[in-house]
Amino acid sequence: MNDSTQSQAHQSQGGAAKNAIEIRNMNFYYGSFQGLKDINMDIEEKKVTAFIGPSGCGKSTLLRTLNRMYDLYPGQRAEGEIKFYGHNILNKKEDLNLLRSKIGMVFQKPTPFPMSIYDNIAFGVRLYENLSKSEMDERVEWALNKAALWSEAKDKLNQSGLSLSGGQQQRLCIARGVAVKPSVILLDEPTSALDPISTGKIEELISELKSDYTIAIVTHNMQQAARVSDYSAYMYLGSLVEFGKTDELFIKPKRKETEDYITGRFG
Amino acid sequence: MNTANHTKQNSPLFAKRKLSNFIGLSLSISAMLIGMAILLWILTILFVKGFSEIDLEIFTASVPGPGSKNGGLLNAIVGSLLLVGTCTLVSTPIGVLAGLYLSEYGDRSRIAAITRFITDIMLSAPSIVIGLFVYAIFVAQIKHFSGWAGTVALALIAVPVIVRTTENMLRLVPGSLREAAYALGAPKWKVAFKVTLKAAQSGVMTGILLAIARVSGETAPLLFTALNNQFFSLNMNAPMANLPVTIFQFAMSPYDNWNGLAWGGALLITMAVLLINIVARLAFKKEKLS
Repeated sequence: MNDSTQSQAHQSQGGAAKNAIEIRNMNFYYGSFQGLKDINMDIEEKKVTAFIGPSGCGKSTLLRTLNRMYDLYPGQRAEGEIKFYGHNILNKKEDLNLLRSKIGMVFQKPTPFPMSIYDNIAFGVRLYENLSKSEMDERVEWALNKAALWSEAKDKLNQSGLSLSGGQQQRLCIARGVAVKPSVILLDEPTSALDPISTGKIEELISELKSDYTIAIVTHNMQQAARVSDYSAYMYLGSLVEFGKTDELFIKPKRKETEDYITGRFG
Repeated sequence: MNTANHTKQNSPLFAKRKLSNFIGLSLSISAMLIGMAILLWILTILFVKGFSEIDLEIFTASVPGPGSKNGGLLNAIVGSLLLVGTCTLVSTPIGVLAGLYLSEYGDRSRIAAITRFITDIMLSAPSIVIGLFVYAIFVAQIKHFSGWAGTVALALIAVPVIVRTTENMLRLVPGSLREAAYALGAPKWKVAFKVTLKAAQSGVMTGILLAIARVSGETAPLLFTALNNQFFSLNMNAPMANLPVTIFQFAMSPYDNWNGLAWGGALLITMAVLLINIVARLAFKKEKLS
């Protein structure tokens, strides 16, 4: 992200919204199976966009195209365009490591690395920045604060990340993602393995994080989508059925299929 | 409700299932008892025959000459430690890096499949063949037995064990952990070394320890390579004393004190291998709990 996009973003606060990601005519294939069909969608900067839909509808697949996570697996490919601040990230020469440092991701199950809480956060930061010990200490504290974990973790930074509870581990993963200062954070069902209290904490966190980051979240929980997101996309069988402001989509969906799904008559 | 339960309990199907459960359980328990009994038998004989031989002298004196009294196994113990130690230093990096390649890089490629196939052959190769092989390519060329030749022969046995356990342990690391590291923008080698290998650390260590346990009892590959040495020597370029070959020679000898030392050496090796196995298990368990 360069300075001009930053300043445009500030100018556009009242007026026209600025898009962090624009997906155009995107098709995705698992080998010969088409997982996503002609997706067109804009993800607005510093807003929360939720992907909802029944299992297997392609919402996680869509999320994983945004940081090209699918590239780890031979046979998976995407066609079309995904523009990240105007730059097509689907081109072959894209540096994926750099891309993923700008578009972070948090997964369904907490995945702390087998190292201390401190090193879990420092690991990603060290990849792209050469910080002094005191700067790194500050960054770790900052990131843990962002993820609302500092007060619980500050006395055991040297303990293994695996010693935390499930909800804390997931917040550690969010802190780890935030620490590298990405501009977009992708959340793939971040609360589906957590209890209601931890889920509540993470949802609060999402609302706080959106003042600085663009967030895309996949969720099975429609109440969660309604609570945390500004925009929602309803997907079914690899297609984007309906996309719009969350309030509108949940209160008066334009499509019959969407209404059936969110009212629980289908799914 | 009650009567329904009652009929179920009396049904012939239930009785049959109970019977087959009983037979299956009895078979497995007796198989376990046979295995345990044999192991205990071996240990008992080793203790009965070997324990009286273990005194301070066994650790302080070298092997006695034919027919002479007293003596210990110092040269053989030190020789075995040197051979197994150098073998570990050589085979650990080769085995771990090859395992890392197979799991993280080669994966389903042709070269990985071939490597796996060859490793499997090496795993089951008779150790005497490996001894003969090293004799042909090493000992026969330099025209004398040497400790280094022993190290090479032992390493050829240890490497495949380490390769396969390392690969298997790395495969147990969930893909989500790798994805999480990639998601931070980490390059592949950093993911492999700093995250995946670290997550599999204790399993990989267990594999190394098991390989050490395996080679420390090997006799055949040393017969044609390190041979043996009656005297205390730290020279790896010369024939080197070691416990397994000393046990073999002493057990075959007509001298009572040599026979006794062979039992003592056998007990020492067994206890060392047992200890390594227990340490490996404890290390693995501890890591799993944390």
